[in-house]
Amino acid sequence: MRNTKGVQKIAFFFLFLATLLIVVPVGLIVVIIIQKGLPAINWQFLSDIPRQGMRAGGIFPAIIGTFYLVLGAIIFALPIGLLAAIYLSEYAKDNVLNRIIKLAIVNLSGVPSVVYGLFGLALFVVFLKFGASILSGSLTLGIMILPIIITTSREALESVPQSFREVSLSLGASKWQTIRHIVLPNAIPGILTGTILGLGRAAGETAPILFTVAAFYLPQLPKSIFDQAMALPYHLYVISTQVPNVDEKIRYGTALVLLSLVLFMNLVAIIIRYNFRKKKKW
Amino acid sequence: MRKVKEFFIEKLILICGLASIFFVILIFLFLAREGLAVFKFVNPSNFLFGKNWYPISEPAQLGILPLIFGSLLVTLGAAIISIPIGVACAVYIAEIAPLKIKEILKAGIELLAAIPSVVLGFIGMVTLVPWVKTVFHLPTGLTALSGAIILAFMAMPTIVSIAEDALYSVPKSYKEGAFALGATHWQTIYRVLLPAASSGIVAAVMLGIGRVIGETMAVMMITGNAAVIPQSILVPVRTLTATIAAEMGEAVVGSEHYFALFAIGIVLFIISFIINVTADLFLHKRH
Amino acid sequence: MVKFTARNLNIWFGQIHALKNVNIEVEANEILSVIGPSNSGKTSFLRMLNRLNDLNPGFKMNGELEFDKEEIRKIDVEILRKRVGMVFALPLPLPLSILENVAYGVRMHGEKDRNRISEIVERSLKQAYLWDEVKDRLNVSAFKLSGGQQQRLCIARTLAVEPEVILFDEPCSGLDPISTAKVEEAMLKLKKDYTIVLVTNNVKQAARVGDRTAFFLSGELVELDRTEKIFTAPSDTRTDGYIRGKFG
Repeated sequence: MRNTKGVQKIAFFFLFLATLLIVVPVGLIVVIIIQKGLPAINWQFLSDIPRQGMRAGGIFPAIIGTFYLVLGAIIFALPIGLLAAIYLSEYAKDNVLNRIIKLAIVNLSGVPSVVYGLFGLALFVVFLKFGASILSGSLTLGIMILPIIITTSREALESVPQSFREVSLSLGASKWQTIRHIVLPNAIPGILTGTILGLGRAAGETAPILFTVAAFYLPQLPKSIFDQAMALPYHLYVISTQVPNVDEKIRYGTALVLLSLVLFMNLVAIIIRYNFRKKKKW
Repeated sequence: MRKVKEFFIEKLILICGLASIFFVILIFLFLAREGLAVFKFVNPSNFLFGKNWYPISEPAQLGILPLIFGSLLVTLGAAIISIPIGVACAVYIAEIAPLKIKEILKAGIELLAAIPSVVLGFIGMVTLVPWVKTVFHLPTGLTALSGAIILAFMAMPTIVSIAEDALYSVPKSYKEGAFALGATHWQTIYRVLLPAASSGIVAAVMLGIGRVIGETMAVMMITGNAAVIPQSILVPVRTLTATIAAEMGEAVVGSEHYFALFAIGIVLFIISFIINVTADLFLHKRH
Repeated sequence: MVKFTARNLNIWFGQIHALKNVNIEVEANEILSVIGPSNSGKTSFLRMLNRLNDLNPGFKMNGELEFDKEEIRKIDVEILRKRVGMVFALPLPLPLSILENVAYGVRMHGEKDRNRISEIVERSLKQAYLWDEVKDRLNVSAFKLSGGQQQRLCIARTLAVEPEVILFDEPCSGLDPISTAKVEEAMLKLKKDYTIVLVTNNVKQAARVGDRTAFFLSGELVELDRTEKIFTAPSDTRTDGYIRGKFG
């Protein structure tokens, strides 16, 4: 008996150790980036264009570029993703077609991001002749985050109790009225969570925008959706690997801005989800 | 009037429902359209098993074996690190951690999942790479090992969260039964819970590996990008993904180099397809 | 006058044969109580009358079911459900305010006029004996009401769309005796203007409010007669056994 207790103690210690091995480095990464990046952050850094071959100045065009890309991606992906989620949750029957759709979604979410980049290049840049542009990049990112939006929205829709639907239908409301007035309003927090997570993902990805939109160095802001743009993650890649002698402060500062942006979105999503679970009435 | 409107809305919903299938097919078609053209220049077996990747020499040599080995080595390394740690962490979170700590740990894992790969690549470059260089007395720290360590981190959130789900969904009665027979908590975990959750854990591992194979930016930034068949884990390697990312910018549209990079894309697409479909089968085996 | 007529009605959910050759008529302005043990098919029968069974995957039917002499599958389902309202087993307010709960069905049928809607809301709440308790807080969430109040709210919501028939599916199963008495009182008053089908697990309740009572067992209609007859001199021994068992 003593022995099995001893074994358990040792085993649990190792499980705890493994957990520390993941969590401590995560904490360290965040702390290092904040510590070394914070001194670089000031108004000029956030609002100025890069200067002296990106070794000085700010990162404003990259922030704006990422903003446009993420906005474009969500404008494309949210309506399609939400309607697809409605189809799966409210209309799909348990049949082969439904199974294939689910497999397709699993697959889309597993396609490597660089392959999305290739696809965007072949379809939007070359075939549809959009060129390397915000439009091409947004559409590529939009397709990439589609599975996230579909999956989270579908979960949100399915968590609305079936009894609400029955009540609404029993009063003579049509199926669409039921979805529009009962199911959707009660699924909004979940849909919002998924959308924001999708945004965060789109903001942080580099590979899909490499050949579809990202500009190495572009000192002016894009004027239309057919222009190239800089983007934060690509800018970080460029100043870390492609440009020699960039002050480390600028690199950490850029990393901090990108990380803050992505983590902020995740935080918002977590808060919405938390409040929603607390307030849930059924 | 309302009926007509609803008819069109419902048709639109159906179309969007089919969008995922449409996009998967579209991705494959466009990869194939650009990628299969490479076989006008090189036959499939020389492409897959050729030992030399010199895409811009004259004549170009388009063998992706070194890239496949590069991806395999980095992936294998990442798997060896991340599977035991990830599964152990999942067990800790699902079974041992007190509720409050559990919430904090889960938030930490979500945080890790959210960090963009280019940021992890950057951090790896400035911290891990110099460390590997010093510890192993290497001419450069940009090695397969560095890549494997960073990739292990990127696989961890996937492995932990899916494995934890799998452990969590084992019926309570299994556990209570084991306790009733006088088993300790640890005996219950490894004799009852882990076997009962095994198919979910297998799926977790596969999806984690899928994430690793497809990862691009971090790998490109820290593995050194040498397209030669690696003899050890302490040398620079170049993966399939990094090759596409690094070279597509310079490849001329319509050149054999361009086609070859798309053909690599097809290889990656097929690998991820197989991994995801198999993992999905394992995930559904439970129900 | 006859409201519903079922002839040789059979229904299935997948492999389960839930109703077997049921022949029954529901008359206008009566309260028909439907009793039987669980899985006897009584709720499946009730949900046939507003076609709510259509929502179950694997649902199939044959035989005839007429509403006002018209085959039920030929009536537009939304109109059918407007004419045949339903009150569910548990109080199921929608996650809306008290007012919006009652107004919901009316709005869905295209009523936009605010004054007209508030008239309907007031009338319906009064009919369900809830008005005095909620008139000062119509904009409060319906979940703030007690269980009994919620169930009367659900009755008001059903009344608001002006149905001809109201289906009650074990409406008092989650309620205390006082709330139950209030709901029963409402039913007896409503009988004047509506046809009521009441599915209940509570045999005493069937005896208290039903004009006629139907007894279902294993998907079959065993016996249908005036309530006094069923409870004093049932012609089938199975009915007798069920009622006695229930009375203890």
